[in-house]
Amino acid sequence: MQRTYYLLSTIIMAEPILKVSNLSKHFGSFQAVNGLSLQVNDGDVYGFLGPNGAGKSTTIRMLLSLIYPDAGEIELFGKSIPKHRNEVMQHVGAIVEKPDFYGYLSAYKNLEIFGKMQGADVSKQNINKTLNWVGLESRSLSKVKTFSQGMKQRLGIAQALLHNPKLIILDEPTNGLDPQGMFEIREMIQRLNKIEKKTIIISSHILNEVELIANRMVIINKGKAIVEGNVIDLLNSELMQVIFEITDPQKGLQVIHNSPFATKVKFTESQFITLEMTKNEVPILNRLFIENNIDVLSISPVRSLEHYFLSLT
Amino acid sequence: MLQLIKLEIFKLYSKGRSWIALSALLFIIVVVLIAMYSEGEELMAMGTQSLQDSFMLEGNVINGYLITYLIQNAMLVHVPLLLALVCGDLISGEASTGTIRFLLTRKVSRNQIIISKFITALFYSTVMVTLMMVLSLGLGVLIFGKGDMIILKDVVYIIDENTVPMRMFYAYLFSILGMATVASLAFMFSAFTQSNVTPIVMTMVVIVAFTILSALNIEFFNLIKKFFFTNYMNNWKLFFEDPFNKEKIIRSVVILLSHIVIFFSITLYYFNKKDIQS
Repeated sequence: MQRTYYLLSTIIMAEPILKVSNLSKHFGSFQAVNGLSLQVNDGDVYGFLGPNGAGKSTTIRMLLSLIYPDAGEIELFGKSIPKHRNEVMQHVGAIVEKPDFYGYLSAYKNLEIFGKMQGADVSKQNINKTLNWVGLESRSLSKVKTFSQGMKQRLGIAQALLHNPKLIILDEPTNGLDPQGMFEIREMIQRLNKIEKKTIIISSHILNEVELIANRMVIINKGKAIVEGNVIDLLNSELMQVIFEITDPQKGLQVIHNSPFATKVKFTESQFITLEMTKNEVPILNRLFIENNIDVLSISPVRSLEHYFLSLT
Repeated sequence: MLQLIKLEIFKLYSKGRSWIALSALLFIIVVVLIAMYSEGEELMAMGTQSLQDSFMLEGNVINGYLITYLIQNAMLVHVPLLLALVCGDLISGEASTGTIRFLLTRKVSRNQIIISKFITALFYSTVMVTLMMVLSLGLGVLIFGKGDMIILKDVVYIIDENTVPMRMFYAYLFSILGMATVASLAFMFSAFTQSNVTPIVMTMVVIVAFTILSALNIEFFNLIKKFFFTNYMNNWKLFFEDPFNKEKIIRSVVILLSHIVIFFSITLYYFNKKDIQS
């Protein structure tokens, strides 16, 4: 009971690091962001999800004052942007779209330049420590133009980390990476959040990626927030199709017809019964089968996460 | 701010194109010196043919001072191109490579970034003119020696060799101002575009267009051409007249400085309003 109280209080006490209210931006006749509001709390890995052209990058650029909003308010660490921009930016590390560096300089020199501009500790020890953290220490003196996309992405994270910011904003950090590179970046983001205690905003157009990393998310489309909340809650609350493989389908269907799941059967085929249900309902039906001496051979969710995403957008 | 300027200068001199421009300058000076060494006397004889009918020219006519004057005269047409190559890339280069996103997500303001880059452009202009002056004067005096200078204009000026270093110094300072104007123009165009080539082309187009328009005797252009900076860029030559035309020199300085201020103000205003979409 005490433990529950503690968790609840933690959730309630989580301080908002970023508050966005009614943010709008248009380019000519194109409304890129339209009245967007969201909130990111301290300690969050916040997924910023939407299809290409949804307004993710424009929003992130507005958070970083690369683009000026037409309307709306942005508060970072309780201070309004762009009024307190310079003060606030020392607590923010970011990669916007792909990380681009001075190709004619080494990884070390690039970090030194961007670090000095940010007032970071640019001692040899700190730069090497950061390069080591992203696994690039052995290439510190190589010119960046010789780096692969994955290495540039890791160097991008290094430059975002060098000044030890509280908030890290990563715009599509796995774009253009192979599966191994994507895995490495995801693993790095999780380490940043869990071990380094950084709050992270990550934009992506891949729901699966957000599900793997984020605890909270917003889905935007055509510049508007469609849904915002806890990732697990959002995913669990959504209906999905589940295939039950059972030993006695006739008896199984009878059990279902006498239960609240009667209207949820989609189709049956030999030993397989497909139902549309929420994640939370799966163990209930499973228990029902077992109580009626029906062996459950397998349970397979067939709805892809992308289906959920597409259904919203 | 000093830190930012140091970083900008470091980046500038780490780029190949900065050294290409300086190497091109060195190459042209050496070629002119070789040409003057081999055929200078013939060229001088042709240039002073009309004088030789009435005067007898004695002494070291083709000397280091005259060579410096001739090189400077020729180079101040080419140096703007080399300057545009480097200064026109200071902002657009960051936009085209995407590094501008990292730059503008630091805790420094856009004003600070533009000011530091602008000072770097002025610094590079100064280095360019200094290199040109030091090389042409140093090598010129070393190879051709010293002597009085004969300047052929509407009238013939014979400049005492003792006053030449002082005149050269003033001309050098004025040339820096002239080239800083070109650098400011290229820098301004650099803020407008993401292309590396456009600022260079635009700068040269403006210089060529202003030069052509100044040469046309059309009433409308006669009204405005007195404000074209191109008409004042080469007024370092005024320091090789006797006596100095102070009024003309001051007017030239004011107009060139005004252009620098205008170009810089436009850059600052535009860049502060600009949405970074690259």
